[in-house]
Amino acid sequence: MSYAPTIPASAESLAPTKIRVRDLRISYDTRVAVRDVNLDVPEHAVTAFIGPSGCGKSTILRCFDRMNDLIPGASVHGSIVLDGEEINAPGVQPVELRRKVGLVFQKPNPFPMSIYENVAYGPRRHGVSSRAALDEVVETSLRRAAIWDEVKDEYRRKNALSLSGGQQQRLCIARMLATGPEVILMDEPCSALDPIATLRIEQLITELKTQYTILIVTHNMQQAARVSDRTAFFTLGDDRAGYLVEEGPTRMIFTDPANRLTEDYVAGRFG
Amino acid sequence: MRRVLLADQLATAVLWSIAGSVILILIAIIAHFLLAALPDFTPSFLIADPSTDVIGGVGPVLWNSVYVLALTMLVTVPLGVLGAVFMAEYAGTGRLIDLIRFSQELIGSVPSIVVGLFGFAVFVAATGWGFTALAGALALTVFNLPLMTRLAEQAMRAVPDDERSASFALGATKWQTIRHVVLPIAIPGLVTGVILTAGRVFGEAAALLFTAGLATPGRLNFANLNLLDPRSPWSPFHTATTLSVYLWRINSEGTGPVVDQVANLTAAVLIVAVLIFNLGSRALGQLLQRRITGTRS
Amino acid sequence: MESDIATEMAAVRPERVVLAPGIDVARRVTGAAATVVVLLVGLLLAFIAWNGIALFRHSGVPILEVFAPVWQPDPTSGETTYGLLPFILGTLGVVSVAAALAAPLSLGLALFMAEVAPPWARRVMQPAMEVFVGIPSVVYGWLGLTVLVPFLAANGKWAGFTSGFSWFAGSLVLALMILPTVSSVAYDSFRAVPPDLRTASLALGTTRWQTIRHLLLPASGAGIVTAIVLGMMRAAGEALAVQMVIGNRPLIPRSLFQPVTTLTAQITLDMGNTVAGETWNEALWTMGLVLVTMSFAAVVLVRLLTRRAGPR
Ligand SMILES: Nc1ncnc2c1ncn2[C@@H]1O[C@H](COP(=O)(O)OP(=O)(O)O)[C@@H](O)[C@H]1O
Ligand SMILES: [Mg+2]
Repeated sequence: MSYAPTIPASAESLAPTKIRVRDLRISYDTRVAVRDVNLDVPEHAVTAFIGPSGCGKSTILRCFDRMNDLIPGASVHGSIVLDGEEINAPGVQPVELRRKVGLVFQKPNPFPMSIYENVAYGPRRHGVSSRAALDEVVETSLRRAAIWDEVKDEYRRKNALSLSGGQQQRLCIARMLATGPEVILMDEPCSALDPIATLRIEQLITELKTQYTILIVTHNMQQAARVSDRTAFFTLGDDRAGYLVEEGPTRMIFTDPANRLTEDYVAGRFG
Repeated sequence: MRRVLLADQLATAVLWSIAGSVILILIAIIAHFLLAALPDFTPSFLIADPSTDVIGGVGPVLWNSVYVLALTMLVTVPLGVLGAVFMAEYAGTGRLIDLIRFSQELIGSVPSIVVGLFGFAVFVAATGWGFTALAGALALTVFNLPLMTRLAEQAMRAVPDDERSASFALGATKWQTIRHVVLPIAIPGLVTGVILTAGRVFGEAAALLFTAGLATPGRLNFANLNLLDPRSPWSPFHTATTLSVYLWRINSEGTGPVVDQVANLTAAVLIVAVLIFNLGSRALGQLLQRRITGTRS
Repeated sequence: MESDIATEMAAVRPERVVLAPGIDVARRVTGAAATVVVLLVGLLLAFIAWNGIALFRHSGVPILEVFAPVWQPDPTSGETTYGLLPFILGTLGVVSVAAALAAPLSLGLALFMAEVAPPWARRVMQPAMEVFVGIPSVVYGWLGLTVLVPFLAANGKWAGFTSGFSWFAGSLVLALMILPTVSSVAYDSFRAVPPDLRTASLALGTTRWQTIRHLLLPASGAGIVTAIVLGMMRAAGEALAVQMVIGNRPLIPRSLFQPVTTLTAQITLDMGNTVAGETWNEALWTMGLVLVTMSFAAVVLVRLLTRRAGPR
């Protein structure tokens, strides 16, 4: 097996690069969880992260909006550049970064309040206070998250916890959209949902990519194949640290990968 | 945006300073009594008899505190642990356990002065014993029993189910499993529970005023071993003014330089006792934990 | 929280085989031990209730007289009136002000422990809070009597303190005593808010304080109220510390800076001066009954609150 750092995807990608990752290494206390990641994430496209459990997909994803700052002992080395700006530079406020980069969790986690208040939560904290402006951003976000039609009659009163799992997840997406992000990170957003709810989310992802840059971690190969434009395959090295094996157009990764490891993994998981 | 970050930093600073000042208050309280007591403290204060003109000591009341404590724990610990076995191992869910829990909460809510009234009516007046160590101990049991039961129950619930299954797999009965597997593993938790309960008993005064009594503590004659003689310090029927009650009594009799100093010394002894009980229970609990897990793995 | 999980686990645990046939002696014995507390509650309630109504039943004092504003129990100094209003209002007043003083500090402390404290700080705070709870109430009372009361008497003239013995002194001492209780219950309710809600809020680009203020506090509302009610319950039941600093005047409380009294303080003081069967003594039992009623009401209130906070 070779541990040579992976070569970043060639300039054949059509869209401009939104996030550029160089020599990324992330450790928890002294243990290296991920190393040697070099990756260019194109704008207005869906990039899927696949790979065995524990190879660091969530860890990398969390770095993009500096949620790792909240984990005691986590440290990040290397460079992550978003729109030409180093996100770990001293002047960058994580609070501002997180508005620009939204995160959707594995398990839907709506707040114990009304649907309206859930979506208005972010804008309110960011200083939107006029009723009309809030109403507008709530409705727009619910529409974009494809949940408006289901909740429009009672979204002001109904508690978010009374929604179904799939609806909750779309509400969480609406809540995140309401803060006006440009990048959306999704960490196995469908793993707690049934197939029909999963399908809705997948449709939604396809709709959203025209306006947002989307990164999605998934265990489901079919899902990666269905929704993503590009796929990055990670695995665990013999040193128990995760690394990027290869990254490229999804079709290529699934049909004609450059690396044996990718081929084996995709075949094993698809078959 | 700046304002939001500023508010966050401000709030963090406020929360830190609240925590800091609470710690400072605690340190100030402890230091106040220790410093006030230090100049006049001699070890003999712990054993000497009280005296009206010179400082004297708290020998008899300290003895009474320890005696009443021992007496109440004699009832509370076995009854509490047995009750906890039922709650943790047998009761499951249902009406009975709900009723028991509700009763525990109710008893826990009764003001200790009211427990004192109750104790007076039952253990002092109805029995005709008068003010006795036993009456005080029983009154204390009324509200310590639920506490002991709850702490013991927690200790037993913390024992992993695997341990029980392993025992059953070997063919042990339920009681054998409890006796030889659950209880031994729960020992550190039980010991912590016993000490915490004891610490609370040691400080209690209101429930004892009208049960164990607040007579002037006289000289104790330890040679008198007649357990039924109310004058014997060994007898459960002797009037037993405890340390906390004594401190209250000093105040109600009016203050003066000597009396104040005796009170400060008494308060210091109580505080040191609390420190020993609390920190001791932690240390002992951890020690036992290490011993038990150490020998088991 | 933890014990809830344990209860659930106990419920799904399969019935274990009892190899010994016949009655399970251990079950009976331990069950009897566990039921003692139920009997104690019944007995206590019966005694307090029975003796508490003796004032009306035996001495023929009209029930409504209890709400009179005048306490004059001594037959040797003229017409008697057994009005408990000064004590009831005194207790409520002292306890409310104590809660108002303690609540901000306690909640701040709970937030610190739950949200801000690094592990080392938590390791320092936990035993410190246990010691705080453990200090006997007479010690707090003695501290109030020898430090707080003289201080107020010397420096509080401008505010209207006469002697330092006052409603305010009682409330301040109680506030100190209930601080650990309130903060530990509030802490539990903050910890009961699922961590992923915090993460979700922070991921939306909010600060920690915004998350506390707009998510955590509303979500633990019932828990916070529970904490304060439990603190007030503890304060209402406290006798000696209050009695030592409050001045013990059976007056309708009007000023924070004047002596007042409480139910517990009056029982403490008068119990030794009266004999069973005397009307004065019966009135003290009635005070006990009022106290027990108040605390049972608080227990039921807390139960309702916890049930409301429960499903989530
Ligand atoms: N909060 C954490 N603290 C310590 N180690 C962690 C933490 N989160 C993840 N790890 C470790 O980092 C490695 C990668 O985890 P993760 O990013 O969750 O992988 P994946 O999402 O690919 O399954 C794992 O070995 C995991 O144990
Ligand atoms: Mg993951």
